[in-house]
Amino acid sequence: MFYRESGQFKSSYAADSAILTIAQDRLFIAALLALAFVVLPGLGSDYLLSGILIPFLILSLAALGLNILTGYAGQLSLGSAAFMAVGAFATYNFMLRMPGMPLLLAIFLGGLMAALVGVAFGLPSLRIKGFYLAVATLAAQFFIEWVFTKFGWFTNYSSSGVISAPPMQVFGIAIDTPASKYLLTLSIVALMALAAKNMARASIGRAWMAIRDMDVAAEVIGIPMLRTKLLAFAISSFYCGVAGALYAFVLLGTVDAQAFDLHRSFQVLFMIIVGGVGSILGSFLGAAFIVLLPICLNLLGQAFHDTISTQFLANLEMMLFGGLIIFFLIVEPHGLARLWQIAKEKLRVWPFPH
Amino acid sequence: MNPHRKIGDVILQAEAISLSFGGVKALTNISLEVREHEVLSIIGPNGAGKSSMLNVINGVYHPQQGRVIYRGEARSKMRPHEAARQGIARTFQNIALFKGMSVLDNIMTGRNLKMRSNFIQQALYWGRTQREEIANREQVEKIIDFLEIQHIRKTPVGRLPYGLQKRVELARALAAEPTLLLLDEPMAGMNVEEKQDMCRFILDVNDEFGTTIVLIEHDMGVVMDISDRVVVLDYGKKIGDGTPDEIRGNADVIAAYLGTSH
Repeated sequence: MFYRESGQFKSSYAADSAILTIAQDRLFIAALLALAFVVLPGLGSDYLLSGILIPFLILSLAALGLNILTGYAGQLSLGSAAFMAVGAFATYNFMLRMPGMPLLLAIFLGGLMAALVGVAFGLPSLRIKGFYLAVATLAAQFFIEWVFTKFGWFTNYSSSGVISAPPMQVFGIAIDTPASKYLLTLSIVALMALAAKNMARASIGRAWMAIRDMDVAAEVIGIPMLRTKLLAFAISSFYCGVAGALYAFVLLGTVDAQAFDLHRSFQVLFMIIVGGVGSILGSFLGAAFIVLLPICLNLLGQAFHDTISTQFLANLEMMLFGGLIIFFLIVEPHGLARLWQIAKEKLRVWPFPH
Repeated sequence: MNPHRKIGDVILQAEAISLSFGGVKALTNISLEVREHEVLSIIGPNGAGKSSMLNVINGVYHPQQGRVIYRGEARSKMRPHEAARQGIARTFQNIALFKGMSVLDNIMTGRNLKMRSNFIQQALYWGRTQREEIANREQVEKIIDFLEIQHIRKTPVGRLPYGLQKRVELARALAAEPTLLLLDEPMAGMNVEEKQDMCRFILDVNDEFGTTIVLIEHDMGVVMDISDRVVVLDYGKKIGDGTPDEIRGNADVIAAYLGTSH
């Protein structure tokens, strides 16, 4: 009833190819951004900000990175956590070895390092596809984890292999409260999500999808395979690298290779599968699902903590979690983003479907 | 046939092409010429090497012997995307559309070569990128009008019926504004009406844009009607080359492919 596009006419190609073509959508996003930028930092509790929203945003960014590579360009990767680790360690070392380097620049350079490493591990994609490529990226995961634990240089020879992140400052403002950390993360994630959406609707995004859907035809059209695939690896790894740097600096406060193990790679992969492969929105929905669901299950479990042992509860959580993932995959293999789209289409004609 | 249309000089020459896969000889010593603005059909029984010939022309396969001279330039090993850059576009025997994308995006992808903005400009979607997107969209809309597919512009191609998918694939090839268009069985699996439409589009493309067309087709009625010249392949060898009338009277071709009425 309220979600109608009737009367909204697009009179230029620019309007037709805009990100949000319907006025109601624009309003909704504006409200969401206002809520995220203005209301939540003021009213949200510290736990909400640093326990839920910051991990959600950072993992969304990593999922966005993987979605560019796997969802858009069709190159399956199990190495996202490794590229996150590269971003985190590179940012740390840039700040350590070049004192006075601004945090944002260090994070950016950390992302660039991750992009370089991503390109190197993306080279096999020119020869191999699908599962075989996934195994090749798995090698990146193990190799990079090993490098960061084996060579003390990366951790500045700290005895435990874990280093604490230096205090952060952006434009002279100290980033030390949950609200300021949240705002920093949110700004970076929002800008990078917009950039990803822009790339997805421009020629590079079409080139990626073309390679994903039919690589021979893509090449016959004139899309250079080498450059397009490697660019996907570079940009995807850049996103993962920035996410890794934020994960270490903003969320954990420590830089630790253990935080970026294979489990993390799988977590990011599940996010895009559950959220929607090849969808910017899906990256966020998937991250929300994976981050929020365990918390909700946990809260639910605490209500019964008198009657059930904690150990059983923890296992039950895992089982429910796995069950829900399978349920979603069966009901909607295109992910939550597709469910959202269907809901919008239904809403357009509601309450008179005929 | 339009009498004003002039057939020009040779723009593509295949010289003594031989191609084999392991022990299988797909093409043996084939030479053929394509002249500017003409419609050339390649016919022959299944497995004669027709599709292989197209694949050699646009660089998907590299022949072991022989060479292809396109617009006076000889090339031995060229990648398909370089052929595209030189103005060769094609469609496939089995539809090779990008299934996850809309009709519009599929055709826009056909114009990717015309877009020069880099990924940073695209990430910002400002200035050059936006201008390019709109300018190319205008060209794409002309093709959409030309092929009469306005109503399915935003439909994902996977949902379209077969005949329309073939038409979208033609649109995508045309979007690149090719000088040489290779069509691999553009009318396979179509009903009479769809075939008539497709013939009309092919002739219109040839007529209005002056595009040179090389097509593979099994429907002899269509081939004899729309072709300026016909090349016949059989077991990887060329057994006939001439106008439709000449081919109709060629004894070898009748024996190998056309058959006789008893």
